[in-house]
Amino acid sequence: MKTGTLILTVAAQMLVPLQILFSLFLLLRGHDEPGGGFIAGLVVAGAFALHQFVNGPEATRRLLRVDPRDCIGIGLLLGVGSAFPAWWQGEAFLTAQWWDVLGFKLSTPLIFDIGVYLVVLGSVLTAVITLTEVDKDEA
Amino acid sequence: MQIAVLTGFVLAILVPLLSRCCGSRTGLVLALYPAAVAFWLVSLAPEVLQSGGIYFEQAWAPSLGLSLSFWLDGLSLLFGLLISGIGTLIIIYASGYLHGHPQLARFYVLILSFMSSMLGVVMADGLMTLFVFWELTSITSYLLIGFNHEDAAARKSALQGLLVTFTGGLALLSGLILLNVVGGSWSLQTLLSDGEALREHALYLPMLLCLLGGAFTKSAQFPFHFWLPNAMAAPTPVSAYLHSATMVKAGIYLMARLQPGLGGTEAWMTILCVVGAITMVVGAFLAIRFTGIKKVLAYSTIMALGTLTMLLGIGGEAAMIAFVTFLAAHSLYKGALFMVAGALDHETGTKDIDEMGGLRRAMPVTALCAFVAALSLGGVIPLFGFVAKELMFEVVLDAPRFTGFLIGMSLLASVLVVAAAGIVALRPFFGALKPTPKEPHEAPLAMLAGPCVLACLSLVLGFMPWLAGGPLLAPAASAVMGAEVVTDLYLWHGINTALMMSMFSLCVGLLVCWRWANVRAVIHRFSPILDRGPEAVYWKLMDLLVRVAEWQTRLLQSGYMRNYLILTLLTFTGLTGYTLLVRHGPEFDITLDVRLQEVVVALVTAASAIMACMMRSRLAAVATAGVMGFGIALIFLLFSAPDLAITQLLIETLTVILLILVLFRMPQFSSLSTPMERARDMLVAVSTGVLMTLLILTVLAQDLFTPISEYMIENSVPLGHGHNIVNVILVDFRALDTLGEIFVLSLAAIGVLAMLRLQAKEKKAP
Amino acid sequence: MEPIMAVVIGVIYASAIYMMLRRSIVKLVIGLILISNAANLLIFTVAGMTRDAPPLIPMNGDPLGDVVADPLPQALVLTAIVIAFGVLSFAVVLIRRAYQIVRVDDLDQMKDTDT
Repeated sequence: MKTGTLILTVAAQMLVPLQILFSLFLLLRGHDEPGGGFIAGLVVAGAFALHQFVNGPEATRRLLRVDPRDCIGIGLLLGVGSAFPAWWQGEAFLTAQWWDVLGFKLSTPLIFDIGVYLVVLGSVLTAVITLTEVDKDEA
Repeated sequence: MQIAVLTGFVLAILVPLLSRCCGSRTGLVLALYPAAVAFWLVSLAPEVLQSGGIYFEQAWAPSLGLSLSFWLDGLSLLFGLLISGIGTLIIIYASGYLHGHPQLARFYVLILSFMSSMLGVVMADGLMTLFVFWELTSITSYLLIGFNHEDAAARKSALQGLLVTFTGGLALLSGLILLNVVGGSWSLQTLLSDGEALREHALYLPMLLCLLGGAFTKSAQFPFHFWLPNAMAAPTPVSAYLHSATMVKAGIYLMARLQPGLGGTEAWMTILCVVGAITMVVGAFLAIRFTGIKKVLAYSTIMALGTLTMLLGIGGEAAMIAFVTFLAAHSLYKGALFMVAGALDHETGTKDIDEMGGLRRAMPVTALCAFVAALSLGGVIPLFGFVAKELMFEVVLDAPRFTGFLIGMSLLASVLVVAAAGIVALRPFFGALKPTPKEPHEAPLAMLAGPCVLACLSLVLGFMPWLAGGPLLAPAASAVMGAEVVTDLYLWHGINTALMMSMFSLCVGLLVCWRWANVRAVIHRFSPILDRGPEAVYWKLMDLLVRVAEWQTRLLQSGYMRNYLILTLLTFTGLTGYTLLVRHGPEFDITLDVRLQEVVVALVTAASAIMACMMRSRLAAVATAGVMGFGIALIFLLFSAPDLAITQLLIETLTVILLILVLFRMPQFSSLSTPMERARDMLVAVSTGVLMTLLILTVLAQDLFTPISEYMIENSVPLGHGHNIVNVILVDFRALDTLGEIFVLSLAAIGVLAMLRLQAKEKKAP
Repeated sequence: MEPIMAVVIGVIYASAIYMMLRRSIVKLVIGLILISNAANLLIFTVAGMTRDAPPLIPMNGDPLGDVVADPLPQALVLTAIVIAFGVLSFAVVLIRRAYQIVRVDDLDQMKDTDT
């Protein structure tokens, strides 16, 4: 079901993929430049919200593939999980650990930030998509 | 060590997955965990014997002196073995008892979590570690008692157990904090090494009372004993495990653990001896009052807990040996008896002893297990229970204080317990076969394994008590004593006073058992008095609580949101304004260093806030509030906060989306207030606004301390490997705060989902 | 700049409280938005406002200047903004649900728990 106007539809087609890409960019560079999990999560949530306004909630759920609720769960698990690697090193919980994997800097703060990203994405979309669906059920 | 304790929680998380792929064998797979813990403990035993204990510490919040620390000594080892050993049998037993139960997986989750918590309690060294695990056992016990959550009585009993143990838990927390204040350490090991200082401190008595409050409620000592029989609403594996073998012994464990530090004083001996002895007799007496097989067992457990407390109170080397022996013997036979009771209930469909009879032909193995275990409970030679009972009598005979009282009480209690043992083990199996709701037949193998193993242990240890004595009980007794104790257990002590007392109690007890119906009739005449026991006080208190709550609600809650707000705000403005102006005196430092564009943005922001209040349409109000949001974003941008500016912009966008989705289903604004009301509200609003401005100006004029962010700015690159300091703070330096924040966010989203989805379901299913 | 901001924050607080005291439930939501913004600005302002010195360490290894905006309140406010949104969405849905059941938007008529 198409719900948007022509201009919005065309704009969304180009904007949504760009926004998703941009959010990943913001997420990864967040440690050094303005950005990070919260901001990137909001950007991508905005992208999906736009997609939903144009194409309806079913299409957005299909595009997402995972239930936004599961995003919250996975995000929280990543966040909590990043507390534990420090344990094996005998350090206090949540002490940052850095590894060099094939030339990339992988770290618990990065995992944590990805967790934040997923929680923000999941929370916002859960609210927005469910609201739209319930509205439709009632209409 | 932490892995052994925490694996249970991890396994509990994995249970739903496991039960999907292992089906009905899940129980056996899960039983491997406690079995592994048991083997691990056995393998550590020589080291513990040699070194006196193994210590492990994981820093948690080092700046507060808090750590996750474990300490494995003889006492912990004994308790750990009981927990993991009986736990293994219980999980196997439960897989038979709850076979095909739709919520079997939930049961496994809870019992594994409990097992881990209990291991945590007995191995904890840090006071806070101990407390956290202690409360976890209360919570899991609550969930397990209320396992049949559709049964109102079970829910009520669960809540009762929770309230009693949590009240005690609060007392325990105060006690532990006092212990820290007095002893100056969070580590039990350090604290107990200097018992003299603890005992002579002025705060000794309040501290002792608080700690004992926790222990007595947990271990169902008189007058807090009433929750334990009610907890029998739980499935029988739970009763066998939590409410006889392990959890109720947590209080006993705590007292034993503290004995080297706090024990031996006048107060300690008086309280423990008297409370223990009374509990012992009350438990044994009430045991023969009921016909429900689990109730009888529950009250006899209370008797055993009372005995253990009393032995701790008497003190001395012999008492400590008797204590650990009685503890081990009780866990073995009571675990077996509970499992037998469950098998009877499962196979006959009734819990009432009066409805059972002549079952020995239908259930021969069960009958044999019950018989052996009951002999141990009654303290008949040559069972392990006999060894324990002999030791108990010997200690009581030599008690330095209240000797006559204690001898009388323990003799009375053991008579009654023999009767209870007879009731449980003889009545259902002998005599004429009685019709039962279900055709009785032998219990499945999974349910026989547990009682058989435990009954055999009771028998073997009866003949050869030194098997347990040297390697296990001696180190435990030494740990309780706080000094080396040599244990030399043997079955036959020769003909002495203790043996005479044993024989006497056996004869009279069997007489009571034989004439049980008559005895019950006599007791029944006193039931108006008995019903006014501590439990009645509990219900009175609950009623009172509800009534006080109703009264204060009527007094304070008018129901008008506006009134609450105005009251709060006026109090705030009045008190803070008074302090600010009168006590502190206005002291502002107004130096203006501004640029034109900043002033414009600030004015637009303030103006749009006011405009948002004056708008007559919803759209206009939302739009002006949005303008204010963008103004704030600009302010963030102008004053070096790019991250904040971006976040604010994005949130403004999403807020508008959200409001459009919801608010436009709501009615239009309408004018509801009178001009008088508006003027009043405006007065409150303006006075609060002015106060806030004055507060900010005051704060700005002060420079109380240097910002703590120096450290973060300096270490962002070297320690955090990040150039954006704000982000480094969020995900590294203060990651725990952020973790809390994303949890809040998730909760809000789940709340939204619940409100919307539940409503959708209601509509679909009218 | 801070004294001006103090006045601005006072104004936003006053507007927020005025809106929260209205009887219309939708106005309450607007008041909620205003007050969370006011609180964020308050933290930001009280920590001191600095121009043109964001707390970003140059990638080329140059040291930061002497005056840098304090990053800690920024981190606090950043999460506060996001959480305020979470709370707002909760409140908004709660109000929507309440309205569906009681069919009034007047807070004075919502005072009983069992309507």
